[in-house]
Amino acid sequence: MTATELAESAHDEHAHHSHGEFIAHHFDSAEQQYDSGKLGIWLFLVTEILFFSGLFCAYTLYRSHHPEIFVQASTFLDKRLGGLNTIVLLFSSLTMALAVRSAQLVERKKVIVYLVLTMVCAAVFLGIKAVEYSHKWDEGIFVRAYFNLHEHVGHGISKYLILISVPFLVLLVGSVIAAFTYRSLGKQHLFVFFISLAIMFGGYFLGAVGGKVYMNWKTARDAQLAAASIDHSASTTDEHSSAESHDAATPTTKHVAASDAAVVPKANEDADHGPAHLDQDIGIFFSIYYCMTGLHAFHVIGGMIALSWLLYRSILGHWRADYYGPVDFVGLYWHLVDLIWIFLFPLLYLIN
Amino acid sequence: MTTIANRQELFGHTPDKNYYTASKGFLSWALTLDHKRIGIMYLIGVSAAFFLAGIFALVLRTELLTGTGVFLSEKQYNQMFTLHGAIMVFAFIIPSIPAALGNFVLPMMLGAKDVAFPRLNLCSFYLWVFGTLFLLIAMLTSGLDTGWTFYAPYSIRTSTAVTYATMGAFILGFSSIFTGLNFLVTVNTMRPPGMGWFQLPLFIWALYATAIIQILATPVLGITLLLLIAERTLHIAIFDPALGGDPVLFQHFFWFYSHPAVYIMILPGMGVISELISVHSRKEIFGYKFIAFSSVAIAFLGFLVWGHHMFTSGQSVVMNMVFSAITFTVAVPSAVKVFNWLGTLYKGSIALTTPMCYALAFILLFGVGGLTGLFLSTISVDRHLHDTYFIVAHFHFVMVGGTLTALLGGLFHWWPKITGRMYNETLGRLSAFLVFSGFNLTFLPQFVMGSRGMMRRYARYDPEFKVFHQWSTFGAFVLGFGVLLAYAVLLYAMKRGKPVAGNPWGAASLEWQSSSPPSFHNFDHKVVMNEPYDFSTQVYDAELDSYVHRRFLEPSKPTTQPQHS
Repeated sequence: MTATELAESAHDEHAHHSHGEFIAHHFDSAEQQYDSGKLGIWLFLVTEILFFSGLFCAYTLYRSHHPEIFVQASTFLDKRLGGLNTIVLLFSSLTMALAVRSAQLVERKKVIVYLVLTMVCAAVFLGIKAVEYSHKWDEGIFVRAYFNLHEHVGHGISKYLILISVPFLVLLVGSVIAAFTYRSLGKQHLFVFFISLAIMFGGYFLGAVGGKVYMNWKTARDAQLAAASIDHSASTTDEHSSAESHDAATPTTKHVAASDAAVVPKANEDADHGPAHLDQDIGIFFSIYYCMTGLHAFHVIGGMIALSWLLYRSILGHWRADYYGPVDFVGLYWHLVDLIWIFLFPLLYLIN
Repeated sequence: MTTIANRQELFGHTPDKNYYTASKGFLSWALTLDHKRIGIMYLIGVSAAFFLAGIFALVLRTELLTGTGVFLSEKQYNQMFTLHGAIMVFAFIIPSIPAALGNFVLPMMLGAKDVAFPRLNLCSFYLWVFGTLFLLIAMLTSGLDTGWTFYAPYSIRTSTAVTYATMGAFILGFSSIFTGLNFLVTVNTMRPPGMGWFQLPLFIWALYATAIIQILATPVLGITLLLLIAERTLHIAIFDPALGGDPVLFQHFFWFYSHPAVYIMILPGMGVISELISVHSRKEIFGYKFIAFSSVAIAFLGFLVWGHHMFTSGQSVVMNMVFSAITFTVAVPSAVKVFNWLGTLYKGSIALTTPMCYALAFILLFGVGGLTGLFLSTISVDRHLHDTYFIVAHFHFVMVGGTLTALLGGLFHWWPKITGRMYNETLGRLSAFLVFSGFNLTFLPQFVMGSRGMMRRYARYDPEFKVFHQWSTFGAFVLGFGVLLAYAVLLYAMKRGKPVAGNPWGAASLEWQSSSPPSFHNFDHKVVMNEPYDFSTQVYDAELDSYVHRRFLEPSKPTTQPQHS
């Protein structure tokens, strides 16, 4: 073959490429593009897992150093709300998988419905999380340095909860306004997009209100129970603290040299002042708790943004039988976010 | 028949239709998705960072001239060495070869039009810019005095701008991850038909191994730095011993990234050297598979040795012994590479071009750097040498003697491809000589004074060390001048150098089948597959004053089997 022919054949190749609408120029085929994206997203997920791994390491280290703190601290977390959030995320994984399947089959409407369901679940999750966070903050449960456990302050709706909810409210109202503005302008696809966003932000309030109602019921019930059995609770506290001192006395071999100094005097003080001092150290558990769940919540928010982008493209009907990669890839990311929560839930909520 | 006009068009010097004349204007660069332009922008960026941190190095060496201080206070000295280290490591060495040279060369070596994710590539560049900006903000506000390692608890307490600096390193980490991810996917999915794993140039193998480390290690640094920021702002007490945290945990986290990061810095350099040695001695690389797998072995072992930075941190004796033993193991794949390079040189027709001079400097300097690493991995010796100038000399031999010489050698090697013009060989060789001798003058005395007890990071010292420090300072200026000369030669060549056609070295890897400089789509013709080190396929074409693939020059002549019987 002469060079001219070679040059022409290269040129022909450009021209004859059955390049679909969304196949980038540097890929030879839709398949190559899909494979690259798939490998890319898996590698990205690997980096995500390693990103969280540091926190899991810190968790393991402190739990092995201070098992008693973790046991006591986890009683401050509400298993029911955590469990409900687990179910919500698991369900969202199902709807996400269905969205991927529908995109493969180019069923535009189904993709949209499943994506919106997934987004609503994500928002419900955040709503419940907001109730949990604000409830703890009301009791002074912050990270280690600011940890200051006290009686639940304030009645009605927590100011922290209002603070977290304001951005969502703004986004909800904004989406509704945008939706109806676009409808009056006759842009149907933007109307659908923004009304879906509004539904998603509505999901946040569904979660927050539901969580809050449950929290109020629980507080009332606890108060009732406490009033009914003061004697009983006093005896369990005794049992508890004796178990503590036993714990602290025996496993000194488990502690590395660095933490010995911190642990031994604390055990003595426990005996003197009762559980008050231990509460300070629970702060380390909550440091880790806030880091882990906070980072996870950021990933949920990231997922909501990515899902919104998918939704927009779905409304425009971008998916083809040979081009549905983005749905698949975001789906994989979403499953990972779900999976991390499935590890966080037992590690943090179900210690005892 | 290929006429000379055809060959001129396909492989010649192309001043009017290449990647940097393809479009004009600031935005055509700022928003480009072309891997070649991104590589060039990276090159300019990392070179600027290199010069800034290099000036810091010279300031440090000047300050150390007398032992009683010249013009810096102790605090300023602390800031100076911290910024030198942080900018050199995070903004220069880590992205230097992969992101600048790798970006330009890797897709072309695969005969591809671009990397798999061009937008991610550009994003990675901008992350580099933002990350470096954060480091500069740290420098311009209250500085940074923790050392580039940010060890807790001092990094929690110091009033300097640790938060900005760690934010910068965090962002630079993501830049590095994205580059690695891009390369890994590109090599996996965009190899042309006919190019198996063992037809890849060894530079690609090295970049591939580097990418694995970038992807697996960097996220851990990311979370560590985030936790450090949270520690400083919220006092979460994970690393702060005053509140019950564990500062040694920070060291574990930090070195779990930063030791593998040493291999992020050196592996691409090794890949460059494999190319240079083979091409400039016109001999097929000796032990291809051994070099390829030793890259992967280094990447793997690199994850298992972080504890050797912590022999004196109070970790258990068993851990020290295990980390020491694994550290010795790393010497094996490194030595495999060195011996294979020497095997390649043996009976090769060695041309002492500038890239070859740098490659020879690399082998010598990396040899010393690697062997002194064995001193440091011996626990009993390390007790003595820990935190002395011995360790400073050791890692500068690896990172400067290794990575920097490889980068300069690689730049000279690919400069005709990047710019389409040849540099001045005499001045290039002179720069290699100055870099090599200046480097040795700087760092050999540091081995001696380190072994005699001169601690690192000290702004003042006893008079007995003065003579070593003065030699070292003198050498540093020679080294600085050598580097400046190298850059000057390259920049002059870009403007005034003699135009060259596609393949002046007669190299066989695919990037040399393009015109010089390459066109926007890299190749104007279908690339002809061949083994990356089979130089017999390349024939000198007197009309082009360049090598071309046998198939283009003599299309009638059969290459493998007769076409006409």
